[in-house]
Order: sequence, then structure tokens, then C-alpha cells
Amino acid sequence: MQIIDILISGLLLSGTYALVAMGLNLQYGVARIMNLANGEVLVFGSLAAFWLYTSSQISPLLTILIVIPISFIGNLLIYNLLLAPLVRRSKSRGALEVDSILATFGMSFILIGIMTSIEGGFFAYKYLSEPIQILGSTTSLSRLVAFLIATLIALVLYLWLNKTRSGVAVRAVSVSTEAAGLVGINVPRLSAVAFAIGGAITAVGGALISTFITLDASIGVVFTLKALIIVIMGGVGEIRGAIIAAIILGIVETTVATLVDPGLTLAAAYFIFVLILLFRPQGLFGRRNT
Amino acid sequence: MFTRTLRKLATVATAMALFASGVQAADVIKIGAIAPKTGGLAGGAVVTQWPNVELWVNQVNARGGLDVGGKMMQIELIEYDDKTNPGEHIKLAQRLATQDKVDFIVAPYGTGFNIATAPIYGKFGYPMIAVSAITDKMEELTQRYPNLFFTLGTTTAFVQGVTEILVEQRAAGTIGNEVAMVNVADAFGIELADRARELFAAEGFDIVYDKSYPLGTPDLSPVMKGAKESGAKAFIAWSYPPDSFGLAEQAIIEDLDVNVYYSAVATSFPAFSGVYGSKINNVLGAGGTNVDDPAIAAYRAAHSEITGKTADYWASANTYAALQILEQAIVGAATLDRDTVTQYIKDNSFDTVMGDLSFKNNFSDTFWSVGQWQDGVFRGVKGSNVEGAVDVRLKDGWK
Amino acid sequence: MKASTVQELIIAAILAFLAALWPLVVDIYWLGIGVDVMMYVALATSWVLFSGPTHYISLATAAFFGIGGFLVGSGMSDYEASFWSMAALSACVGAVLAALIGLATLRLSGVYFVIFTLGLAEMIRNLVSWIQNNFLGSRGLYVFTDFTDKHLYWMLLGVAVAVYLLGWIISRSRLGFALRIIGGDETVARHVGIDTATVKVILFTTTGFFAALVGAIIAPRWSYIEPNQVFSPQLSFFVVIMALLGGAGRLWGPVVGVIPFLLIWNWVDTNFPNQSILVLGIAFLVIVYFLPHGVVGRLEQLRIWSRTLK
Repeated sequence: MQIIDILISGLLLSGTYALVAMGLNLQYGVARIMNLANGEVLVFGSLAAFWLYTSSQISPLLTILIVIPISFIGNLLIYNLLLAPLVRRSKSRGALEVDSILATFGMSFILIGIMTSIEGGFFAYKYLSEPIQILGSTTSLSRLVAFLIATLIALVLYLWLNKTRSGVAVRAVSVSTEAAGLVGINVPRLSAVAFAIGGAITAVGGALISTFITLDASIGVVFTLKALIIVIMGGVGEIRGAIIAAIILGIVETTVATLVDPGLTLAAAYFIFVLILLFRPQGLFGRRNT
Repeated sequence: MFTRTLRKLATVATAMALFASGVQAADVIKIGAIAPKTGGLAGGAVVTQWPNVELWVNQVNARGGLDVGGKMMQIELIEYDDKTNPGEHIKLAQRLATQDKVDFIVAPYGTGFNIATAPIYGKFGYPMIAVSAITDKMEELTQRYPNLFFTLGTTTAFVQGVTEILVEQRAAGTIGNEVAMVNVADAFGIELADRARELFAAEGFDIVYDKSYPLGTPDLSPVMKGAKESGAKAFIAWSYPPDSFGLAEQAIIEDLDVNVYYSAVATSFPAFSGVYGSKINNVLGAGGTNVDDPAIAAYRAAHSEITGKTADYWASANTYAALQILEQAIVGAATLDRDTVTQYIKDNSFDTVMGDLSFKNNFSDTFWSVGQWQDGVFRGVKGSNVEGAVDVRLKDGWK
Repeated sequence: MKASTVQELIIAAILAFLAALWPLVVDIYWLGIGVDVMMYVALATSWVLFSGPTHYISLATAAFFGIGGFLVGSGMSDYEASFWSMAALSACVGAVLAALIGLATLRLSGVYFVIFTLGLAEMIRNLVSWIQNNFLGSRGLYVFTDFTDKHLYWMLLGVAVAVYLLGWIISRSRLGFALRIIGGDETVARHVGIDTATVKVILFTTTGFFAALVGAIIAPRWSYIEPNQVFSPQLSFFVVIMALLGGAGRLWGPVVGVIPFLLIWNWVDTNFPNQSILVLGIAFLVIVYFLPHGVVGRLEQLRIWSRTLK
């Protein structure tokens, strides 16, 4: 049944997209860093999964447990050493955006250079590439697992951001750094933590995606572009927005690929993105900018 | 102003370098090589191009160098990363020619880069023995750039091999007139698909599923499901590395019921078999090689030993052969004069791992066009002037 | 962006004249670098023309550049058209496209605009590839001309000069005055009756026009046009970065951004051939940290500093 195929494949693709975008959402929405190196962090996670699997047969699902702390600490260091100085010296939000674009662009080059020296070729491996049937539609187990973990992460994020003190504080920062500071929230520290968590999520996403997509060290920019589109389409800082945007994109792309022409998938996806911004310039769940 | 200071610096630097190197400079042949180490084509170049350059330079220098008119000269390799960027590559090529002043160059990786640098290298007389340059415009290109040589066949030959297999299989009754064809929406994929539509139609085939997909598509399942639904017993994909892998994965998941399955670039990579193992047995792909040929076997052994990597089963051998041609031309012409060497390449035949190669109108038509994975080895099944082609087997499930 | 003075115009004219002599005094290598410099100066200056006064960061450069390259490639290869006619056509197409995009983006601001232009560039890239695959069906887009780097350099210099001239004229016109108000505070501008929408569209149209023209001019250099190369998003990022490094507050900012950037790039490529990307990234970071307002900012700072010393 084509409809079922579209829905299942589309949803699973949404899971992939959510993995790609959730991390950036935190980094941009809270820490205000337009992280152009996001794709490279994702590829780093993939490289870890690839390397550990092909050299030591370690399952990518276990690699995730290693990737989370390493990526968290790594991104924390990056924020504190490289990005916090920019935050401190920027006099306006626009200036910080410009600076973070430039700085993270440089960072992406550095990351590509490091990864290429570890593995210059394709991260070709497969894991859990077994066919499974969902409601009569065939798909691969690896994509389903990625989807389930994406859902888990989204759920945990949602609960954290909405039901815990620290989460609410983070949301306050994403609304307004000045106001949050005025009510006693340690904005620099929370920004750093949010950035680090975002980086950890992205790396986990990379590890999972690598089980069904063949990546290489230079492909990061494609994922950065996708993440940027999803984050903006959903409305900056809103985790719900990013999830809904990911779902819309996943379903639209799969529908167009199945019913119209696979060659128009990206054009259709961007078209939807453009349409949404035309009618809601602040994104699906975004706040009107002051 | 700026230029003057630069020139002064350059003169001083050159003088110092000459002084420091002294007689050494005269015993060295400088060979330039520019290819992707990062960027979109790096994944392929790292498998096919760079290891062969490393292997060749290594072997030549281990033998004491090249005998140029009685003098043994070692090879000094100057390599650059073009980052898969045409503007960058052009700049680096100009650098090799005018600043590094290399004696010879290794032809670039990729059709676009070969064509972009042909004018520059042509101006300085560098022979370009291109491998990964597949085009239907060879005549026009070699007329414009007499220093450009082609060794891997034309776009038409590339597609012709596949067409022949389809015709044979239809005659044998294993496939019908219906073909499912997909292609990656990039220059190479678009050209191949265009040519294929023509050639397939001329043979009476009906392309029942004919779709393209953007480069970097993360989910190829709609494509594979569409192909499956068409019921065609032959599946042809003009694909690039990431999607060749992706399509194979999808074919396994969907248990695509075809007797002929072909994906283009990267099917010949050792990693293709490494990842999918027995499941991709009898998958056809671009390229091929004759592993039983002693020259090829020796080459592959040396490749693994010296570079630590397994050669691919297609352009690796041709890349190495191109370097052998360059070597033999330099030695044969007994000079580093590029015009003489270029003429030597045009006039002589060479003993390489691909057999005896010679150029007619700058074109060497000894190459494999289609290969098939048969029990872990990607054997050539269709080619031009090559020996050892094996019979095409039918795809028999995806287990 | 401050109003440009006649003094600036004279300096620019002198520099342009000197720049025109470049191909006559340098060797092929430095001429090639010159071509790159001119290409980015033309692209970055036309970018600053729009983004400087409006503070809108556009990532659509690659879309227009790609259209230029693609139309020249397709026209010359598959339709026997001449280079000049295709170059002219592509500039017009670029302008029309930019006008449409400009009209569509009126209500967007800040980062939404940035990513919107990025998304549009990607959409155009995919559409063009699809159209080529399904309708134009091509045997490769070959661009064979008799142009050498010298000709391309002068053509690009011409474009850069034209862009600068246009910017100079605009900045001294009523349009420029309106722009400065918009740049200061857009709400204020609207309240004093400035048609901010039309202004933005007009400026964006010029960006599209010139970027497409540059793409058309570069096509003969590359000789073989691949959609994924000419529409590469990296180009958009580089143009923005070079412009910002120079300083987007001045029309001549890009010049002092592009030249040092490309020289550093060249230096890195030469000295670190095996880790060029890594070292380039580091160089980038260094630049960002020590030039917070771009080179222009530093120069202005130095000027103020030297004045206070007196």
C-alpha cells in the first residue's frame, strides 16, 4: 500500500532529520551560536561509530554511550574556549551571529581536516541492515532504531525543558538572555551547557545515521544545511518546532519521491520551507522578533 | 610595489634553494599531483588515485629512480589537495607549472578537472594521461588539447557495455523488454542516463521506471520501491559512491527481484563487497578487472603491501598503467623535454598492467566497462581490447 | 554605510587603473590569483551593495552564480549560442530571479532571511539539475572559448568597477539616503515614509544581476560545467565571509577582505599542502578573533587611535 509506505518511510526519515536538527536547535536557540560546524560534529559521531565497528566490532548503539560524554565535553570546551569570548565581546545579537558564523565556519574546516587524517575515504559499513515489516511496509531495522532513539531524545529534551528547573531556566535564556540574567540565571554557564548538550545530541545522531547512510569526512555541510532549514522552519529555540518541521520535511520528501519524482524531493522540501516562511516569517512556532 | 617585493623575495629564495640543494636538484624529477583529499570526490580519489601515485613513486625510487639517458633520477612528488573545487585546482595547477616548475604531472581525478586544467598544462607542454575522464567529446577535446590522452573509454562505451548485457540477457529469456533505470542528478549521472535512453530505445527496450535523485539523498527507499513496483527484471543505476551503497542496501531490504542489477561508480570498490558480503553477489558495476592475469595479480599484491589498501577493481589498474606509460615514455625518450616525451607517448606502445597500450588519436581503447561481483571478486565481463572476460551470472536473490 | 565621497571615487579609479595593469606585469600564476581576487571582489562588492546598508546577510550568491555558469554552459554546449548572448541572458535571468526572491522575502528579517536565501539557492540547484536531466538531457556542458585568464581578469575587473560605481552612485542618491536610514532603524524608515520594500528589492536585484554575470564569466575558465560545482553553497559562504572580514560597512570593505584572505589561503596551500584545510580553519579563527569588525574596523580603529595620539 503506497500510503502506508509513504507514511512509514516518511516518519522514519523525519526521525533522521530530527536527529540532525535537535542539537543545532539548542545551540542556536539557547546559546545563540549559529553553528556552521554542526554537520561536522555529526560526521564525527559517524566516524566514531564506523571506526569502532570496523576495528573492534563494537555496536554503534554502544558507541553512542561513548560518544555522548566525549562530544559533551568536546563541545563544552569549544564553547568555553572559542565561542564564549565572542559572546562576551559582541555588542548586539547581530554581531554575535556574524562572529559565530565566521568562527564556526573556521571550526568546520578544522574538524574536516582532523577527520580526513583519520579516515579519508567513505565510512562504509552496515549495521542492523535487516528488513523488517511495519504495517505491511518494508524498511530497515537500522532506520527504525534511529527513529526510536530520536523519539527518546526528543521526549527527554521536552521533559527536561518543560518540567525541570534547569530546563525552564534554559528556556528562559532562549527567550531573552537579558531578562534571564535579571532573574538570576547564570546565562553564560547555561549557554555553555546547552551548547554542549546540543553537540552531544548531534554526535549521537551522526553515529546512528551512519548505520544506514554512507558518509565521508566532507559531507558535513549537507547536514548543516538541512539542520539550518529545519531549525529556522520550526522557529528558533522551539524544540516542538524542530520536530514538527522534521516531520513535515520527511513526509513531504517521501511523498514527492513516491508520487511525483524522486528528483524533485529537495526542491519540494525547500519549496515547503519557503512557503512556510512566507506565511509565518518567524517559523512555525517561533516568536516574532523584537 | 607588491609584485616587485615578491619578485625580490622569490629571487632570493630561489638562489638560496639552488645553493642549498646544489647538485641534488639535477638528480631529481619533479612530478606534480593534484587531486581531492577533501571535498565530494575525496572518497573516490582516496581509493583510486592517491594510492597508485604513492605506489608508483615508491617502486620507482626503490629501483633507484628513472634512467633518463643514462642518469638515474629519483622522483620528487609534489602533491596538493584541490578540495574538489575547480577554481582551487586551476590555481594549484598554475602553481605546479610556474612556481614549482615540475617536470611532469599526474593527470587529475575527475572529468571536470581534467578539462579545466588541459589548457594550462597544454600551454606548458605537460602530457596528461587522463584516466578518470569519461566523455563523448574526445575528438574535439584532443584537437583543442593535443597533450591530453584518454584511457578509460567514452561515455558511449560506458553505456554500451551495459546495453550489450541487456540485449544478451533478453535473448536468453532472463529479462524482458522492461528496464528500471535511475540516475544521480549530477553531470556524470545525467550524461549517462541521457545516452542510455538513446541506446536502450534503439535496442527496443522500454524504460518503465526512469527517475533521477539528487546527490546526497538520504532515503532511497521510494526509488527502490518504485523500481520494484515496475516489475522490471533489470535494474540499472547510474550512481555515485554514496548512492551506490545506499541503493544496494535498499535492494537488499526490498529483496529486489531482478536478474540484472547494475550500479555505476564505487561498485568496484573493495568496500562494496566488504560491507555487503555475499548479498551483493552477482551485482554488476562499472569497471572490472582480470585478477587471474599475472601482471594484474602482481600489481594488486604490491598495491596492498606498499599502500596498505586494496586496489579497486576498475580504474586503479588504469591509473597505475598511466603512470607506467609516463615512466616508460620518459625513459624511452631519454629526456625530460616534455614535447619529446609527449610525442613518444603518441608514437609508441607500452607494456603495462593493462597489457600493451598505445594511443590512436590520443585515445587508448583498452579498458573494462562492466564488471560483476562473483564470489568476492569483481571480475570484468565487458570491455574493450581486454582479455579474461567471464560470463555474466544472474542475480540470484539478496542473501 | 556612510555616503561615499568624491575622494573615494578618485582613489577607486586610480586603483582600478593600476589593477588593469596587473596582467601585463605578472606571470601566469599571479594572474590566476588575480582572476580569483577579481571574481571574489566582484561578488563580495555586489553582496555588500545589498547587505551593507540593509544588514541582511544573503546566502543566495551561489544560486545566481550557478545560473550564470549553467546558462552559459547549456547555451553554448547544447544550443550553439554565443558566449556573449548567454552571459547577457544569464545576468538578466539573475536579476529577474533576484527580484522575485526579493519580493518574497519582504517580511523576513535576521536569521530567517539568511537561511531563506540559503534554502532558495538549494532549491534552484535541484530544480536546474532536474530540468537538465528530464528536459535538456545533455552530453555534458562544455564551454570552449578562446578567452585566456587575461581576458577573464579584465572582464571581472570591469564587473567589479561597475558594481563599485553603481554603489557609489546609489550611496550619493536619495536611494542611498533612504538606505542609511533603513540600516539605522528600519521601523523608523518605514515611519518616515520610505518604501523599504521597494528599496530592498531593487538592491537585491543588482546582486542577482552581477553574481550571475560573474558566474557566466567564470564558466569558460572551468570549461566543463557541473551543476553541483557551480551551485556549490560553499561559494555563498565564502563571499559572505570575505565581505565580513573586510567589513560590510564600506563599499571598499570587500577589497581589503578578499585580497588578504586569498593571500593567506595561497600561503597555506603552499606551505601545508597535506593539511591545508586544517590550517586554513585555524587561520580563519585567528582572523575572527583579531579582526572583530573586519579589516575596515581595524583600519578605522587605527585611524581614530592615531588621531587621539596627536
